[in-house]
Amino acid sequence: MLTSEKKLDMYRQMLLIRMFEEQAELLYMEGKIFGTFHLYVGEEAVAVGACAALRPDDYITSTHRGHGHCIAKGADVKRMMAELMAKDTGYCHGVGGSMHIADVEKGNLGANGVVGGGIPIATGAGLGCKLQKNGKVVLCFFGDGASNTGAFHESINMGAVFKLPVVYLCENNMYAMSTSVKYSFAINDISERSIAYGIPGVTVNGNDVLEVHEAVSLAVERAREGKGPTLIEAKTYRWKGHSKSDKNVYRSKEEIQSWKDRCPIQSFRRYLLEQEKIKESTIKAIDAEVERLIQESVQFAQGSPEPKLDAVRKMVYA
Amino acid sequence: MPDRVITFAEAIREALREELKKDPRVFLMGEDIGLYGGAFAVTMGLFEEFGPERVIDTPISESAIIGAAAGASLVGMRTVAEIQFSDFIAIGMDQLVNQAAKIRFMFGGKATVPMVIRAPIGSGTGAAAQHSQSQEAWYAHVPGLKVVMPSTPYDAKGLLKSAIRDDNPVIFLEHKLLYKTKGVVPEEEYFIPLGKADIKKPGTDLTIIGYSNLIPKSLQAAEILAKEGIEAEILDLRSLRPLDAEAIAQSIKKTHRVLVAYEAPQFGGFGAEVAAFIGEQCFDDLDAPVIRLGGLEMPPPYNPNLEKRLVPQVGDIVDGAKKVMKG
Repeated sequence: MLTSEKKLDMYRQMLLIRMFEEQAELLYMEGKIFGTFHLYVGEEAVAVGACAALRPDDYITSTHRGHGHCIAKGADVKRMMAELMAKDTGYCHGVGGSMHIADVEKGNLGANGVVGGGIPIATGAGLGCKLQKNGKVVLCFFGDGASNTGAFHESINMGAVFKLPVVYLCENNMYAMSTSVKYSFAINDISERSIAYGIPGVTVNGNDVLEVHEAVSLAVERAREGKGPTLIEAKTYRWKGHSKSDKNVYRSKEEIQSWKDRCPIQSFRRYLLEQEKIKESTIKAIDAEVERLIQESVQFAQGSPEPKLDAVRKMVYA
Repeated sequence: MPDRVITFAEAIREALREELKKDPRVFLMGEDIGLYGGAFAVTMGLFEEFGPERVIDTPISESAIIGAAAGASLVGMRTVAEIQFSDFIAIGMDQLVNQAAKIRFMFGGKATVPMVIRAPIGSGTGAAAQHSQSQEAWYAHVPGLKVVMPSTPYDAKGLLKSAIRDDNPVIFLEHKLLYKTKGVVPEEEYFIPLGKADIKKPGTDLTIIGYSNLIPKSLQAAEILAKEGIEAEILDLRSLRPLDAEAIAQSIKKTHRVLVAYEAPQFGGFGAEVAAFIGEQCFDDLDAPVIRLGGLEMPPPYNPNLEKRLVPQVGDIVDGAKKVMKG
């Protein structure tokens, strides 16, 4: 059972992700963040609900849309913001950027620039944990698009036959870049594919943090007991474009609005006030704390030095 | 009538449109190439013009895209597949190298695989380690594949039309920083044969051999060198395989000095093949050692200042040319 305190922390994390993303978008428009990145706005309940089911020493693998996973696994937003601003104090010394952000100390084995690229890595991490008998579990985030890569099939089958301690969590946000799941799948639920691998599969409302948490908790328990992987599909929605160059020509404003009306943070806030009877002042204090953390992260990043070429070149080989 | 100026991306789109119109066997497939118009907007409008059976959006499945391109071409289509970033060709490398490239040979010459893989290549957009590489040497190393890397809108259009009509698998690599560059492209139809290099600027003192985005940089370097009295000839290979050995040899007969410039990591890059060819075939014409100017030995970093230092810039080419002149 989740305590009220834990639930408040989950609210705090969801809000931290939302505000981090909104701040990052502003900095991008000001030219302080480069290249491209992929915003997690609208999907916060998946990362937070799922990571809340893990122990601190468990692992995750993340995706190109990875800021939310990173924060939910306990990253320091200062070092994340510094990475996005390509600074030496960032998690990857400013050479990784948004698509390769990793926080190995906290068990985040990295975002990934290749769709589906993290699924074999998670499977291997699960194999390593099993061989080391360390009792750790690997939570593998990937999207609907990744579910159509060969890496998905090969990895989950291997995870299933080796009974690896891996939870395969598909964040189905309805679009692989511009391609609707209605176009790219001949099935209704991606979790149906679990049947082919002989493992449990379940589809949950990815905008409901508690529902995500419950499903992932069961899967983590199963994995830790040595019973093998589970395929969970969390249905959610990406509010923003795929990346910074996306003009959203492939979906309607009405569709986007209908999902904004089901905001995972607002609905959880209502739940905390109405069901958990949390005082509004308590929640407002969290809102203010998150706002402060984000501002501090920007100041930290802006005041940080650039990485040096000589130091960076030494990182190519161990 | 004044010369018509269009962008590199528009030139590629025109080549695709013309070939789609002329040959019902030609079709496009790739990720987000339909209504979205492609990650770099190259196929914009083609889905509306030719419909979903000629411009096919695929799931994110590079192995299947490359393999299916080979399969469709094997049974009589002329497939032009787009891989969203050339880095992702690696995901379909088995289908490319072990299947598409070898089918004709393995079948005793009794089949053809007329397919083109188009893909954006190169750094300079802040897209970091997995979206910014230049891996042309991998493909050029495979007998059975052809590799084309144009540097101007004119070349891009003429070479792509030839690539689509070629009966072999062709890897057609488009540098991202070239997409918005402009150049003269005639309205009337033309073709540029694969395997023919082009002198982008004649010169007498040294030859700078390059391709793709290194050509505009080399042309800028040549202007700076000219002010110092060094007349560089800029030889644009355009095709890496087949390689225009004759053009290289002819240029060296004239200049006797060579700098080979490329964006990929210097070690084992395509410039090494060019330098080795010159050493074997043009040794008597050389007045100085051949110098390679490639990228640094590291993955593309996200930080924009470091990213610039990864690959040869105009100043590096100037310095490299001066080194050749002193050699």
